[in-house]
Amino acid sequence: MMIFTDFVFYTLAAILLFASIRVITTRNPVHAALHLVLAFFTAAGIWLLLEAEFLAIALVLVYVGAVMVLFLFVVMMLDINIDKLREGFWEYLPMAGTIGLLMAVEMVMVLAGKSTGGKYFSAGRALVHSADYSNTTELGRVLYTDYLLPFELASVVLLVAIVAAIVLTLRDRKESKSMNPADQVLVKKADRLRIVKMDAVVEVAPVEMQNLEEKS
Amino acid sequence: MQTIQIDLLTALPELIVLFMAMLILLTGLFTKNNIAIYVLAQLTLLAAAFFTVGTHTPAVGYAFTGMFVDDTLSDVLKLMIYLGTAMMFVYTRHYMQLRGMFRGEYYALVLFAVLGMMIMVSGQSMLTIYMGLELLSLCLYSLVALDRDNAKSSEAAMKYFVLGALASGMMLYGMSMIYGMTGSLNISEISSALQGALSDLQGPKNPMLILGLVFIVAGLAFKFGAVPFQMWVPDVYQGAPTAITMLIGSVPKFAAFAITIRLLAQGLQPLTGEWQNMLLIMAVLSIAIGNVTAIAQSNLKRMLAYSTISHIGFLLFGLMSGNLNGYASSMFYMTAYVLMTLAGFGMILLLSRKRFEADTLDDLKGLNQRSKLAAFMMLITMFSMAGVPPTIGFWAKFTVLQAAWQAGFGWAVVFAVLMAAVGAFYYLRIVKLMYFDAPKQTGAFNTPFDAPMDMQIVLSINALALLAFGLLPQTLMSICGAAIVRSLQ
Repeated sequence: MMIFTDFVFYTLAAILLFASIRVITTRNPVHAALHLVLAFFTAAGIWLLLEAEFLAIALVLVYVGAVMVLFLFVVMMLDINIDKLREGFWEYLPMAGTIGLLMAVEMVMVLAGKSTGGKYFSAGRALVHSADYSNTTELGRVLYTDYLLPFELASVVLLVAIVAAIVLTLRDRKESKSMNPADQVLVKKADRLRIVKMDAVVEVAPVEMQNLEEKS
Repeated sequence: MQTIQIDLLTALPELIVLFMAMLILLTGLFTKNNIAIYVLAQLTLLAAAFFTVGTHTPAVGYAFTGMFVDDTLSDVLKLMIYLGTAMMFVYTRHYMQLRGMFRGEYYALVLFAVLGMMIMVSGQSMLTIYMGLELLSLCLYSLVALDRDNAKSSEAAMKYFVLGALASGMMLYGMSMIYGMTGSLNISEISSALQGALSDLQGPKNPMLILGLVFIVAGLAFKFGAVPFQMWVPDVYQGAPTAITMLIGSVPKFAAFAITIRLLAQGLQPLTGEWQNMLLIMAVLSIAIGNVTAIAQSNLKRMLAYSTISHIGFLLFGLMSGNLNGYASSMFYMTAYVLMTLAGFGMILLLSRKRFEADTLDDLKGLNQRSKLAAFMMLITMFSMAGVPPTIGFWAKFTVLQAAWQAGFGWAVVFAVLMAAVGAFYYLRIVKLMYFDAPKQTGAFNTPFDAPMDMQIVLSINALALLAFGLLPQTLMSICGAAIVRSLQ
């Protein structure tokens, strides 16, 4: 059993690494976005292994289902020239490489350093829960009891974000030709149709006039 | 269930403001009568004030599993926030009407900002404080950009947003480090954890703890606008519509003061010796840079921005004393500062017209010949900001510097007094412009004010209050003292 979960973990991790690398190396932005979707999906799989079901489902639903689809739309609509974005890649590489190396060294020092005694690597398996334990239930319980106030505040913050976005962008467009159904229903015959009384004058067409002249 | 009911009652003013803000948002959709919305917004503040007073108890009450605190400090600060916001609504109504910004969203966003301030004032957990701060900041960012066809406003909003997000991030980072070292988000638990474990954590020299403290202090300094985190202040003050500048410059400072008290004076109280020095550096720099740079400004709003920076420096003098007396004097200074700011920006709003902002020093020339009353009100305001004796500004500076002197910051106090003398120059220059210079003879400048009567009356009361509290400062001082003593002891 242990061996099987290990096998699943390493497979998912390998796919995740591959997908992440492809995100930044591929030349086609659509491919990059699709690889990012794959990376999210695989990460969700790893979270499932860690018994964080809610996070895993949220990641798939929110990021794969909503954010990335939107992102794909944007990428497909905008004509992004990837070669232009890559200009100066070699120029920045030494600096970026140094910083990346530094970060890697720092991480190794924290994770395997003497002061922490490498305890993060040697730690045993995470807490094993009973079969009826539900990650989602526990999260919901905490969210609506202990953290009720910050949770509700977060919703207010989101509401303000929506209001602010609309206030700053919505404009009544003068040239808009959109129709208002309510006005359409309320329209009366008198608004559209105008009956004009005119004198009964018969106009004579020019051709007939000519004929008449010839005849006379 | 029982506990949750009690919790909600403790936060009744917050719930009222939240409910009414949403109601105003909806009302704005269906009515063209914006005066009704204005009245509704004022009633909201009145109702919140009524229930804040009604639910007040001298004891400290907690709610929402200790994340929310209802003590005398929070009640007093909330009342001041309501009062300041109500005055701001009176001052800005005409200005917003003339510029087409008099809409339901304006009032809804300001009320959401008020809610954010109330949450900050009552925050007893780092999480609550952060959420309140974000709520307030988000409202302020969008309010700055409210005049969306104005390129300057948009630029100011963008700068404010980017730098504000950076500051929030820094603060959050600091909070996470403190959380990592103490294992709790709760202010009082952090304090006791630090007190208990200071010896285990190699005393206050623990680098992680100090790093967290530095980040938190930097975040707070940004929200205050203290040097060296002041770069956003002048641009935002100048770029934002004057009404919004007035909001940013006044009541949110109460909330910033409150979270500084909660985080530094309550939560990180065992580290007082460490943050005292940080505040000292910021205070001295703020007073120096604020006062010296203000001299060079020709734009009134920008000058008041630098003046704010120097006021914040004085405020920090009280905070860095690290004792109850110092905090109380800081709170007194804050109240005086907000009253002065409201009066100062109120005067700019009073003089402004349609398509005329009245925000340069030249616009004040010869004000005395146009309106003796307006010139006199501005005179009181400027004297108060400079700290001339019979006004509240003098007592504010006096108590703050006294507290710092007693805490042993002798040379810094001497320096602050010198800088206050430098600052007096640019405040008194305005008095000179108003009384001794000839008015500028252009445009609609010599017509009488078209501001409504209620604004003129409230503005007069506001300016006279600066004088009245200056003559009788005891009441306000004792309120501030009682609030601090009851809540922090």
